[in-house]
Amino acid sequence: MTITHKTEVKGKNGENWLYSENVKKHFFHPQNTFKSQEEEEEFEKNADGIGEVGSPACGDMMRMYIKVKNGKIVACRWKTFGCASAIASTSILSEMVIGKTIDDARKITPQDIVQKLNGLPLRKIHCSVLGDKALQKAIDAYEKKKK
Amino acid sequence: METRNVYVDHAATTYVDKRVIQSMIPYFDKVYGNPHSLHSFGRVAQKAVNDARESVASILHCTPKEIIFTSGGTESINLAIKGVALSKGSGHIITSKIEHPAVLETCKYLEKQGFTVTYIDVDKYGIVNPNDIKKAISKETILISIMYANNEIGTIQPVWEIGTIARKYNILFHTDACQATGALSLDVSHLYVDLMTLNGSKMYGPKGVGILYRKKGVQLQPLIHGGGQEFNLRSGTENVPGIVGFAKALEYAQKEKQQENKRLVALRDNFIKKVILTIPKSVLNGHPTERLPNNVNISFLDVEGESVLLYLNEKGVAVSTGSACSSQSLEISHVLDAIGLTHDAAHGSIRFTLGKETTKNDLEYVLSVLTPIITSLRRISPVKVKKSEIRKT
Repeated sequence: MTITHKTEVKGKNGENWLYSENVKKHFFHPQNTFKSQEEEEEFEKNADGIGEVGSPACGDMMRMYIKVKNGKIVACRWKTFGCASAIASTSILSEMVIGKTIDDARKITPQDIVQKLNGLPLRKIHCSVLGDKALQKAIDAYEKKKK
Repeated sequence: METRNVYVDHAATTYVDKRVIQSMIPYFDKVYGNPHSLHSFGRVAQKAVNDARESVASILHCTPKEIIFTSGGTESINLAIKGVALSKGSGHIITSKIEHPAVLETCKYLEKQGFTVTYIDVDKYGIVNPNDIKKAISKETILISIMYANNEIGTIQPVWEIGTIARKYNILFHTDACQATGALSLDVSHLYVDLMTLNGSKMYGPKGVGILYRKKGVQLQPLIHGGGQEFNLRSGTENVPGIVGFAKALEYAQKEKQQENKRLVALRDNFIKKVILTIPKSVLNGHPTERLPNNVNISFLDVEGESVLLYLNEKGVAVSTGSACSSQSLEISHVLDAIGLTHDAAHGSIRFTLGKETTKNDLEYVLSVLTPIITSLRRISPVKVKKSEIRKT
């Protein structure tokens, strides 16, 4: 048998934990990340809402940045510390929210994210899908700012 | 640079040395008798087991009767610890916080059965202070079990000093030498151990075979009952090819260790130096010199180990991590926790364990793919840990 390095790692119990094609795609090619330091600084300054959840101590941490125009999310950036499923789930969430109204974006659940990724290992869902909470915090921040 | 396969996870397991494979082959279909049989098929097999036992004994400087073949490190550890505990009936056990789960889980099990256990702290390098052991000894202490070298951070323990204490207080001393089997001296007359666990699959030997050295006179209760093989301590038909392969692997590893260790230490230290110089905010875990020749364990701050592992895997590089995310329990490595690393730093730990075929070019390749991986993961990480904040206060 030759070993090819298409990530097909087995879990410790032998189950094929890793990760759907969609997870791999977003993990190895994360979407809507900052293109440059300048862009990051610009979002830090001008984003309409920034939300952060988790901590490195618990293994996962996420920060979401949104820009809103006429009640719709027009731009989204994010930063994530965590494993493949954490990175992939934030990446796919960033794709899901762009173009959505604030109200629709609020309704996104962890289940929606997992579904879009075509599934995640069960034990990973609880700890690594936190993006929706970061997004809600970003929306909260936006709405607070608006008032 | 072209993708190449670099396996630097030899502490997980090694491939089997071709010379070892050759030595095993006759014992599958030519010499296949049961060593317990009286006919000549059995006698030949028995001789092979005897020869293997003698060969192992000569390396350990003990008698063949002090060598018990088992199914591997975990079984040997269970036999040593539970075997002593069951034979004594009750009492107190001393071990350390950084032992392999085979030791820790066995001790936890015995706690449930009414034994008491002290788990000794280690210093920031992962070294057990023999004085702490001395202090933990009580009238009830029946066994001390301290590993020879740690599987995650490679720290080598002062085994003979602990052995000296154990002997002075007349307490049995077991060492788990699974990671040390191929690299360190196994001379029991200098180590002052009463029980020692060795494992084949981390020294280019076959999986599924290990030994427990049991000093003459040490009372053990067997865990596996049956036909009375292995001096009544481990029943079951002997794994003849495995035993032959184990002895051969040990023979080669011990004979070649001096030269190989020298080569590995040079590779290891050069790799550590280069990684730390090239990648900012990278910190060596474990002791700079009192470590296994093939062990490198480095925390890359602000990134998470499983992500690094998978990116490296995509580039053909096999490593392991102490990050919680890669473990079944979702808890960080108990070893990194015991040496005082914060969770942040432990999450970013990567273990590279070199092997006989690892070359300088391999490690240069690893570094060349590692550097951009860490950079790109840091670019998307919201965490900014300071190098001065990696230890718990």
